Amino acid sequence: MSEIASKVKSIIIDKLGVEDSEVTPEASFTNDLGADSLDTVELIMEFEKEFNISIPDDQAENIATVGDAISYLEANVQQ
Amino acid sequence: MQLKRVVVTGLGALTPLGNNLETYWSNLLKGVSGAGPITRFDPEKFKTKFACEVKDYDPLNYFDRKEVRKMDLFTQYAMISSEEAIKDSGLDLEKLNREKAGVIWGSGIGGLRTFQEEVSSFSQGDGTPRFNPFFIPKMIADISAGMISIKYGFHGPNFVTVSACASATNAMIDAMTYIKLGKANVMITGGSEASVVEAGMGGFNAMKALSERNDSPETASRPFDKDRDGFVLGEGSGALILEEYEHAKARGAKIYAEVVGGGMSADAHHITAPHPEGLGAHNVMVNALEDAQMKPEEIDYINVHGTSTPLGDVSEVIAIERVFGEHAYNLNISSTKSMTGHLLGAAGAIEAIASVMAIKEQVVPPTINHFTDDERFDPRLNFTFNKAQKREVNAALSNTFGFGGHNTSVVFRKID
Repeated sequence: MSEIASKVKSIIIDKLGVEDSEVTPEASFTNDLGADSLDTVELIMEFEKEFNISIPDDQAENIATVGDAISYLEANVQQ
Repeated sequence: MQLKRVVVTGLGALTPLGNNLETYWSNLLKGVSGAGPITRFDPEKFKTKFACEVKDYDPLNYFDRKEVRKMDLFTQYAMISSEEAIKDSGLDLEKLNREKAGVIWGSGIGGLRTFQEEVSSFSQGDGTPRFNPFFIPKMIADISAGMISIKYGFHGPNFVTVSACASATNAMIDAMTYIKLGKANVMITGGSEASVVEAGMGGFNAMKALSERNDSPETASRPFDKDRDGFVLGEGSGALILEEYEHAKARGAKIYAEVVGGGMSADAHHITAPHPEGLGAHNVMVNALEDAQMKPEEIDYINVHGTSTPLGDVSEVIAIERVFGEHAYNLNISSTKSMTGHLLGAAGAIEAIASVMAIKEQVVPPTINHFTDDERFDPRLNFTFNKAQKREVNAALSNTFGFGGHNTSVVFRKID
């Protein structure tokens, strides 16, 4: 797992209070991991803080699963 | 329209004297002080370095990690004491008509720590507004009532009263009134506060409202003592289940006492100082007795606001003497803030519980820390100094007054 992926996973576990095993690439924040709309906003903000980037709202709307988050960040974070 | 009768059928407490009703009440009777050095933050630079904190509190004993993150401490306290009260009431939530069950809660400030943390982090940044999406819903005072209703599915009246240190009593009076009017059968009411944070201590210190007796925190809250020098900040929560009398009887509920009346008034005088002759305090007790349709002579115990400030204690006593006349000398008066400290918006709730328990157990909790008489108080008045007193308590009145000149008073009576 990439460094980004493992950081994303730990943020999700921390913020949503879920188990490591639930955080699969296909897992949807709202449908599988119990996030509500505010949780989702908070997650995006945590990603921005952790990776020091700004995720525009129209991009953020497309980040619905763990895998979406990892691929977006891997593509946009300068490594 | 015939007004309904209202009774107390459940109690819950999370206080500096104990984290449940039983411990709270037994420590009240023993005369234990809840004060100690501040542990929530480093008070080194603060004028006052002590407070009445809730002890041995681990939120994970009550909530999962995700819930804890989304609730300010004042809401956590609200959830815990209301759960104890609901359990104590024995209400069967499955059978209850939840359309006629509501929540009216009180908090003077709301999520002060959340506010402090979010605003600090913004002010230390570069101006980019990275506010947490839970900032507002965690901080607003009314979220406590909202969260309680979500937990129990209570669809009836739901809001929070804000009147500084009178908040919880305003909440109880409203809850009682809605039941009297038939708008609800069951109400969860009470109040919670959690302002032992830098902004709370610093703010009250700046007003010169707090005791600065750092060499002896346990004796700092000394209402009616000649050397009192301000109140001691407390935190915690108290919850009461109010229920329509016939509704309670029909399910064979345990009944602690009847809530017979409530009074409200304003000093209309000064933002923080009480009216020097206790005008608002006088009026509010008169209003409460009138609402209860009781004579002053029927009251046995007054749980006073008595915060241990030089001015406040005097004006309240002047008011009591005016309302009760000669009967004032037959009363037991006590300030349980001598033990709990001042829980601000939750004070009315835990003091109502003390009043209700005094009726149930026929014993009056003391005003501890009395060392030196103040000649401004008539020695014929019985302030229940230092030791609990057993006596007949048929009816008790509880006063709470808030900055802004808000006065509230509520009357409880033994159920016949």
